[in-house]
Amino acid sequence: MKSFVLRLLAAMIGSLRDLAPILLVVLFFQVAVLGQPIEHVGRLTVGVGCVVAGLTFFIVGLEQGLFPVGENMAYEFARKGSVLWLLVFAFALGFGTTVAEPALIAVAAEAAAVAAEGGLIEAGEQARNSYAQGLRLTVALSVGLAIVIGVLRILKGWPIHWIIIGGYVGVVVMTCFAPDEIIGIAYDSGGVTTSTITVPLVTALGVGLASSIRGRNPMVDGFGLIAFASLTPMIFVMGYGMLI
Amino acid sequence: MDALATLTSTLLGTLRDVLPIAAIIFGFQFLVLKRIPPRLPRILAGFAWVVVGLTLFLVGLEWALFPLGKLMAAQLTDPAFIGAGATAAVDWRDYGWVYAFAFLVGFSTTIAEPSLIAVAIKAAEVSGGAVNPWGLRIAVALGVAVGITLGCYRIVVGDPIHWYIIAGYVVVVAQTTLAPRLIVPLAYDSGGVTTSTVTVPLVAALGLGLAQSVPGRNPLIDGFGLIAFASLFPIMAVMAYAWCAEQWGHWQRRRRAGDEPS
Repeated sequence: MKSFVLRLLAAMIGSLRDLAPILLVVLFFQVAVLGQPIEHVGRLTVGVGCVVAGLTFFIVGLEQGLFPVGENMAYEFARKGSVLWLLVFAFALGFGTTVAEPALIAVAAEAAAVAAEGGLIEAGEQARNSYAQGLRLTVALSVGLAIVIGVLRILKGWPIHWIIIGGYVGVVVMTCFAPDEIIGIAYDSGGVTTSTITVPLVTALGVGLASSIRGRNPMVDGFGLIAFASLTPMIFVMGYGMLI
Repeated sequence: MDALATLTSTLLGTLRDVLPIAAIIFGFQFLVLKRIPPRLPRILAGFAWVVVGLTLFLVGLEWALFPLGKLMAAQLTDPAFIGAGATAAVDWRDYGWVYAFAFLVGFSTTIAEPSLIAVAIKAAEVSGGAVNPWGLRIAVALGVAVGITLGCYRIVVGDPIHWYIIAGYVVVVAQTTLAPRLIVPLAYDSGGVTTSTVTVPLVAALGLGLAQSVPGRNPLIDGFGLIAFASLFPIMAVMAYAWCAEQWGHWQRRRRAGDEPS
C-alpha cells in the first residue's frame, strides 16, 4: 500500500512537470501578448487539478493494465504459434480501435463537408452522411491492414525502411491523382487515427512479439506498428476521394 | 450542474473508446487463447485507472485549457490584432505572434501528450536506458513545434501542401540512411503518436482561425494540414537527435583515446 502511494506521488510530480510548459505558454500569451486579465481563476485551478490527477492515474493504469495486457497477448500468441489467429487479432485491434475513434468521426464529417463544397458529392445531408460513413470504414480498414502488415514484418524480420519508403511512394503517387480538395484532409487523417489508448497497447504488442520471437530485437523490430497505422490512412483516404 | 454533465458525457465517451478494445482483447484471450491472464484483477484495476485518468484529463482540458487556448488562437489570428489591412496583399511577416504561439503551443502540448509519455517509457525500458525518455520527448516536441510553425507559414502564404510533405519525405529517407539503425523504427513511430488528445484540438483551432482570417484562404481547404506537419517533423527531429548523440559519443571516445595514448 505504501509503495503504491509513493508511486502515485512520484507520478503526480511527473505530471505537474509535464503540464507546466503548456500552462506557462497560455498564461504568457493571455497576459503579456494579448494584454488581458486571467478570468475564472477558480475554474482554471480546478481544471488544471483535474488534468494533473488524470494524467497521473493514466500513467499508473498504463503500467498496471495496458502494457502487461499487450505484452501478455503477444507472448501467448507466440507460444500458441498460430500465425492466422495472430493476424486476425491484429486486424481486429486496428479496425476496432479506429472505427469508433472520436477524432476520426470529426475528421470524416469535415471531409464530407469539403467534398460537398468541392462538388464531389451532392450537397444533401444524406449524401454527406454516407460519404462520412464510408470514409470512416475505409480508414478503419486501412489501420487494420497496417497492423497486419506490421505484425507480419515483425514475424518475418523485414527491414522497416523499405516498407515506409514504399508507403511514401504510395502517398506521392496518390497525391498526383487525388482531387485537390481532399489532399489536406487525407494528410491529416494519418495523424489522428491513433488514440491515447491504442498507442500503448499496440506498442506493447509489437515489443512483446519481437522479444518473444527468437532472433528479433525489440528495439529494431518491436517499434513501427504506429508508423504504418499513420501512413496507410493517407493513401486510403485519397483513394476514397478518387473513387467516390 | 454543467460540470457534472461534462464529467458524465466525457466518462461515457472514454468508456465507449475503451469497450471495443477491452472486448477484442478479452474475447481473444478467452475464446482463442483460452487462458486467463495472470493477475487478472490487477490488470482490470489498471484498465479502471486508465478510464478514470483519461476522463479527468479530458474534463480538465475541456474546462480550463481548451477554451482559453482556442480563444487565444482566434484572437491572435484576428485581422484587428495582426494589423494588416484586408485589402493589402498578405505579408507573411505580419504574423510573428502567430508563429511564436504555434511553436510554443506545439512544444508544450507535445510534452504533455499521454501517448508520447507511454512510448517514451517503453523505449527506455526496451533499450535498457540507452534511449533517454526526456531526450526523446524533447526532440519530438521540438519537431512538432517546428512543423506547426512551418504549417502556419504555409497557410499564410498559401502554398500547396504536397510540395512540403514530399520534400519532408525526401529528407526522412536521406536521414534513414545516416541515422543509427536502432532508432529508425522508433523515429517513424514518433510521428504518429504526437498528435492526439492535447495537441489536435488546439492546433486545429489555430489552423481554422488562420485560414479564416487570412484573405483568400478557404478554411475548408487551407485549414487542414497542420496535423500532417506535426506528424512528419518529429521523425526528422528524432533521427537528427540520435545522429547527434551518436556523433557526440564518437567524438568523446576519440578524445579520450587521444588523451591516453597506449
